Amino acid sequence: MAVTVETHGALADAARAMAGGGTYMGGGTVLMRGVNDGSVQGRLLRSTDPALRAIRATGDGFTLGAGVTMADVLASRDLEFLHPVARVIGGPQVRAMATVGGNLFAPHPYGDFATALLALGARVVPAAGGSPRPLDDILRDRARPHLLAAIEVPRPRDARAFGFLKVSRVKPKGVSVLSIAAHLPRDGGRLRNVRVSYGAMGPAPLRAVSVEQVLEGQSLDPATIARAAQVAAEGLDPPTDPISSGWYRREVVGVHLKRLLERMA
Amino acid sequence: MAMKPVTFTLNGLAKAAFTEDGQNLLDFLRRGVGDMAPKYGCGQGGCGACTVLLDGVPHLSCLTLAETVEGRRVDTASGLAGATISPLQEAFMDRFAAQCGYCTPGMLMAATALLAKNPRPNRDEVIEAISGNICRCTGYEPIIAAILDVAEGRVGA
Repeated sequence: MAVTVETHGALADAARAMAGGGTYMGGGTVLMRGVNDGSVQGRLLRSTDPALRAIRATGDGFTLGAGVTMADVLASRDLEFLHPVARVIGGPQVRAMATVGGNLFAPHPYGDFATALLALGARVVPAAGGSPRPLDDILRDRARPHLLAAIEVPRPRDARAFGFLKVSRVKPKGVSVLSIAAHLPRDGGRLRNVRVSYGAMGPAPLRAVSVEQVLEGQSLDPATIARAAQVAAEGLDPPTDPISSGWYRREVVGVHLKRLLERMA
Repeated sequence: MAMKPVTFTLNGLAKAAFTEDGQNLLDFLRRGVGDMAPKYGCGQGGCGACTVLLDGVPHLSCLTLAETVEGRRVDTASGLAGATISPLQEAFMDRFAAQCGYCTPGMLMAATALLAKNPRPNRDEVIEAISGNICRCTGYEPIIAAILDVAEGRVGA
């Protein structure tokens, strides 16, 4: 079997075509590897719909077309809160190609941008229409084909409310040992509606539920941070890969969570 | 296998060639067009040896579908030299920034994109600009020095 590439001007046409089977190609940074080594075969679908590259401000945040690249994010002053995340994804060449939508489906240990969006409570807009769905749902069910039109990203309440940290062995560009994102809105000094997420700590980016439970309703003081760090790896079974063993990821995640929370305190 | 016509500009010259379905830009440039400057390193987007500029922006040609360059401008290291080598190439020579030379076309294109956008980069900006390119010979320092030589007017002034 060979590869056939179909390019559709409108995303809606690509969505209709996908119903007949095939794989959607965004920036190609993940999928082209498979095309090159022959592991990806069959029908590849693309779309050149300009809406995929659009960044729109909405009432409480931004809507990013699924084809917005990491370089596009870095070029947008409105998206400054996401710059520390986009900046640590690949080198300049990868950032010019890798898309926000593609990052949601990038296999372990990739997906640092998805980790940040998960902490921010992002919602995804299906290309086939219908209501936006929480990103949490998509990340739990990535094996099923999803074609996305856009991602709705709430703006953090203030710059201090959102933090991101990536741990990699190679500087300045390296694959994640792990990444952590935290959205910690404060209400009268207490943390409310806390969301903390991990990248590379499971098969897909996931919420750090035990950490969220420790932080919710508390002030971000040293005692709370210490308790959060203690439960950082609770219930997790991170994968082992050439970057790190699962054991090492479990051992160090608390240390890095503590550093991130101290920075945000 | 279906063939598709692609027309584009390569190093300032209009080109037309056929690409196979699913063919990457690196293979298309080397086998289809005969531009052997971009190198096959990993085929996985990890080494940067295949870096070319698409509309002035560095891209990994091994991860780019050839057909997506239709109507676009592609620049490779083959286009850097005119009657003589470019100041950047001269600086690479002076600083011994190439040993085996395999990464050099990719490094040159990453540096070209940087200097076009930011003619006076500092050392950190140079390091960031070549962070997607791997060199296993030089330890990077001669490459950084060569790019800074051009940025700071020590070459080609």
